[in-house]
Amino acid sequence: MSGPNTNFDPVEVAALDPEHVESAVTSALDAVAAASSLDELKTLRATHTGDKSALALANREIGALPPSAKAEAGKRVGQARGRVNAAFAARQVELEAERDERILTEEAVDVTLPTGRRPLGRRHPIELMSQRIADLFVGMGWEIAEGPEIEAEWFNFDALNFDADHPARQMQDTFYVDPPEDGLVLRTHTSPVQARTLLDRGVPVYVAAIGRVFRTDELDATHMPAFHQVEGLAVDEGITMAHLKGTLDRLASELFGDGITTRLRPSFFPFTEPSAEMDLRCFVCRGEDPDCRACKGTGWIEWGGCGMVNRNVLTACGVDPDRYTGFAFGMGIDRALMFRSGVSDMRDMIEGDVRFDAQFGLEI
Amino acid sequence: MRIPVEWLREYVAVPKDARGLQIAADLVSVGLEEEGLHTGGVTGPLVVGRVLTREPEPQKNGKTINWCTVDVGDANGTGEPQGIVCGAHNFEVDDLVVVILPGGVLTTPQGPLEVSARKTYGHVSAGMICSERELGIGDDHDGILVLTRKFAGDDALLARLTPGTDAIPLLGLDRETVEVNVTPDRGYCFSVRGVAREYGHATGATFTDPVTALDAAAPQPTTGGFPVELRDEAPIRGRDGCDRYVARVVRDIDVTAPTPPWMAARLTEAGMRPISLPVDVTNYVMLGLGQPLHAFDLASLEAPIVVRRARAGERLTTLDATDRALDTGDLLITDRGGERPVAIAGVMGGAETEVGAGTRDVLIEAAHFEPVSIARSARRHKLPSEASRRFERGVDTALATAAAQLAVDLLVEHGGGVADTEVTDVGSPAAPAPVSMPVSFPSRIIGVDYPESEIVTILEAIGCTVTRDADVLTVVPPTWRPDLTTAADLVEEVARIHGYDAIPSVIPTPPGGSGLTHGQRVRRIVADVLAGQGLSEVWSAPFVGADRYTALGLDADAEVARSVRLANPLSDEQPLMRTRLLATMVDALRRNVARGSRDVGLFEVGLVVDLDGEQRSAPTEDVGIRPSDETLAAIRAAVPAQPRHVAFLLAGDRDRAGWWGAGRRADVTDVIELARVLGEALGVAVTTVADTVAPFHPGRCARVELEDGTVLGHVGELHPKAVAGLGLPARTVGGELDLDVLTRAAEPPVLARTLTTFPMAQSDVALVVDDSVTAAAVESALRDGAGPSLESVSLFDVYHGDQLEAGRKSLAYRLTFRAPDRTLTTEEVSGLRDSAVAAAASRTGAVQR
Repeated sequence: MSGPNTNFDPVEVAALDPEHVESAVTSALDAVAAASSLDELKTLRATHTGDKSALALANREIGALPPSAKAEAGKRVGQARGRVNAAFAARQVELEAERDERILTEEAVDVTLPTGRRPLGRRHPIELMSQRIADLFVGMGWEIAEGPEIEAEWFNFDALNFDADHPARQMQDTFYVDPPEDGLVLRTHTSPVQARTLLDRGVPVYVAAIGRVFRTDELDATHMPAFHQVEGLAVDEGITMAHLKGTLDRLASELFGDGITTRLRPSFFPFTEPSAEMDLRCFVCRGEDPDCRACKGTGWIEWGGCGMVNRNVLTACGVDPDRYTGFAFGMGIDRALMFRSGVSDMRDMIEGDVRFDAQFGLEI
Repeated sequence: MRIPVEWLREYVAVPKDARGLQIAADLVSVGLEEEGLHTGGVTGPLVVGRVLTREPEPQKNGKTINWCTVDVGDANGTGEPQGIVCGAHNFEVDDLVVVILPGGVLTTPQGPLEVSARKTYGHVSAGMICSERELGIGDDHDGILVLTRKFAGDDALLARLTPGTDAIPLLGLDRETVEVNVTPDRGYCFSVRGVAREYGHATGATFTDPVTALDAAAPQPTTGGFPVELRDEAPIRGRDGCDRYVARVVRDIDVTAPTPPWMAARLTEAGMRPISLPVDVTNYVMLGLGQPLHAFDLASLEAPIVVRRARAGERLTTLDATDRALDTGDLLITDRGGERPVAIAGVMGGAETEVGAGTRDVLIEAAHFEPVSIARSARRHKLPSEASRRFERGVDTALATAAAQLAVDLLVEHGGGVADTEVTDVGSPAAPAPVSMPVSFPSRIIGVDYPESEIVTILEAIGCTVTRDADVLTVVPPTWRPDLTTAADLVEEVARIHGYDAIPSVIPTPPGGSGLTHGQRVRRIVADVLAGQGLSEVWSAPFVGADRYTALGLDADAEVARSVRLANPLSDEQPLMRTRLLATMVDALRRNVARGSRDVGLFEVGLVVDLDGEQRSAPTEDVGIRPSDETLAAIRAAVPAQPRHVAFLLAGDRDRAGWWGAGRRADVTDVIELARVLGEALGVAVTTVADTVAPFHPGRCARVELEDGTVLGHVGELHPKAVAGLGLPARTVGGELDLDVLTRAAEPPVLARTLTTFPMAQSDVALVVDDSVTAAAVESALRDGAGPSLESVSLFDVYHGDQLEAGRKSLAYRLTFRAPDRTLTTEEVSGLRDSAVAAAASRTGAVQR
């Protein structure tokens, strides 16, 4: 470092020479502009702004200047260093942005690669259908009742006005528990839940029973020894067959689409009087295609049985039949699934092949 | 029930142009569901032909055939004469005959026969000249059907018959038969008469009851007829087995006389095979009117007939040549004053008194039998006959006279018989009981405002007599409607005749429910969680055999004792109801693997049986009566316990292989995790304890428990023997839990702790213990030793190896501490850790590494 020099003229100090300073700035700016990487920029920063850089050396000379010259020289060098630092900072931002962008580009992956380390499982569509039906009834203010699958004959038949000698009882294809004298069967319908509900809850009552039932049918494309039903029972003062029709229409349109209604046809069931078969407006052709395969051109699809609860059932369950009336209905959930999803072979529903479930999501 | 349309027209004015399809649709509206629509089995081209040439050609086998050319008009497409070989000789050149051309179909006892051109006797025979039998319109097979002869006298018709005319309508082969499903309450619709009446209700067409004319024609009962006594000593439910018995005798019948073709055709269309005149007549009357009849060979009957219950030890050989042991509940027709059974009443007659080739005189029985008695006999003897089917559904109590008269008329007319003037008619069925119904009742039940006048009109139209007293109608049902016993039955009549279509659609407004039950919600969560864990839900039929339990390594006797057996299983190999879901689920797993799935996870939620002690007998009570509380309790108690289980099975890879790398085979930790995840999903703490129960690998089985030790079930790797025996994939793992127990455990509300926000502190310890010490024991000791400030324990390494003695393992734990009210100091944390380690040391022999 040179000593103080009272007669010093800054213009005569080479390092502070304006041209020299300007040249150092230009050289630094050119270098910054040419820098192509952050590493290079770092090296250049040392060269052009470091302790040994031209501007740093110039700055150092300022201290030796006479006070009268310091201000001007200081200003010149300061501005020069400011310009250089700003250029470095700007380039730094630019290069960082470029780097960040490059990394993101380099990190791109093939989003079409298959996944599936642990594929999602599935609910059985019959269960989903059952849930949907349950939710519909709950939404209407009903409750969901349950009962055993191995059931007393009294609940399955007698309570429901199936006389022991009535042909209807013989037509049920019932599985009997051995010995048959013990009076136990596999329930042939969800209707025994009607009797259990009336006895347990009393009236008024609005319940749907959803569950598995059994008939002695060999398994084939259109029969299963075990299948699923939804049973509805409403007993209250002032219940009419119009309420039955309204409830069925609602169920039909919820499951099969707006405007899908039901049709009642006179029929016979021991536990209802009057009784009806319920047909569903064909949801494929809506009754407009004489060649429709779903309804065979009739416009209607048979879905289940229903009627007004027989007074013998009410009496057997301790309900005053002169005060209360009720309706009941029962229909196949498996059939509903077959209609709705075009299942053509019932075996697919019971064999447990995961490929069957996998066709459905968790909402049906 | 098959209703030949041509027969229906005899009783009700079916519009001329109404076809079977429309008739079936009309019947549906009043509750007779369409089962099918049948036409004759013969399909064309079947045409009128005129014989142009007929050349007899003797054959080597001694037969003579005729080589004919027949003019069939343009029906063969060419207009050229058709060359046909014919074996019959009863026709001449110029006769009009019926020709079936190639492509036409005839019905034969062996099934449909499609006619084609074929080479025979040195000619190409392009079709057939048909006989009546070949066309199914008669039994005549001696020669071909010659139209010129058949319609001789009907010159107008013959004039219209030109070669090529379609012969199907000409011969009535386009007749239609509507098949309807008759519900069990409508016995009267098992007859053309009953369906005709309903057709009238459906369409307004005029119904003419054939019974009216027959009743008018029938002679009055006399006292000198064949003696019959009704002597039911053991009525069922207080009702006499037979309350009416009409017997008519027709003598000098030619039993070989042919059944008239029109009757044979009607019987055939209705689904019955013509047999002989007497049999056909009884069947015809039954189908037409609904009254089953029986014809006895009079010569082999010895008066008097007695209708009584069978005695113990009695036997009868029935018409089907089966020797049957009779039950004391069977109602019998006996002769010789009650000595010899000759028929099971209403079910089947006996062989000894059968009408046969030697019969000249017959006794026609037209009786009314009590439905329950007939139903029981038919069931007992496994003899559901056309007669029993009608009697058990209820036959018109006032029909016997007319039915017997029709049978007598037909036997006289077609069998050349002579009717006795004596008429036996004993018994008097109770008149139908009147039913009271408030006028407002139909509207109250149906929700349609029915005017009183319409209610009365409808009830009278179906045959009721209606009287009114104030606001109550007294309705006497007709004799053919034993099903109308309550006001509700009458309501159905009003509603169906008025039309179910008129019922409006109104949504009821319940008082409001409580939503799904806790158990129902739990079930959804369990199933949804397992699906989320990658398992697919299945459901299986619950039938198993004891061998399945053996194959699973279970004590089959113990499982059978907990189970119930079906009296009539679909398969004798699977007579038992399952005691566990896994017993039937393994079939689904095997099926999936057989169909090519390798990595399979399945679950099932369902009921199993868990019989506690001896199977109990469920009492019963007659319909329409509320059982006493004791009876009801006994009924409920007899129903075996049926807990709801959840079970799962995993085979193959749990985490699958792929481009990302290798897969990971499912192992026992996966099913332990499933049990724990289910607990977590329901907020229930579950623990696993080593156990050794079937069907699991004894070293890889865990008992799943609640905190209080209640057993939820077991999970584990299936025993290698079970896997091998059942053909399952190696190392299949699974488990089964009692969902009812889990449901109850999940019921109490969770009490939340306040979260502490002070910093946590962690400390790691490695503990060396014997291999036999369980991780659960060490963790439990650590927790107890560290006290409430220990927030969590995490086992992050299990080490066996060189640096340890044999039989020892190192368990490395990370302990996380946090106090609710302050920051723990380093010294406090060290102290807590030391206490934890000390507890582990004292309780499990753990040594810090």
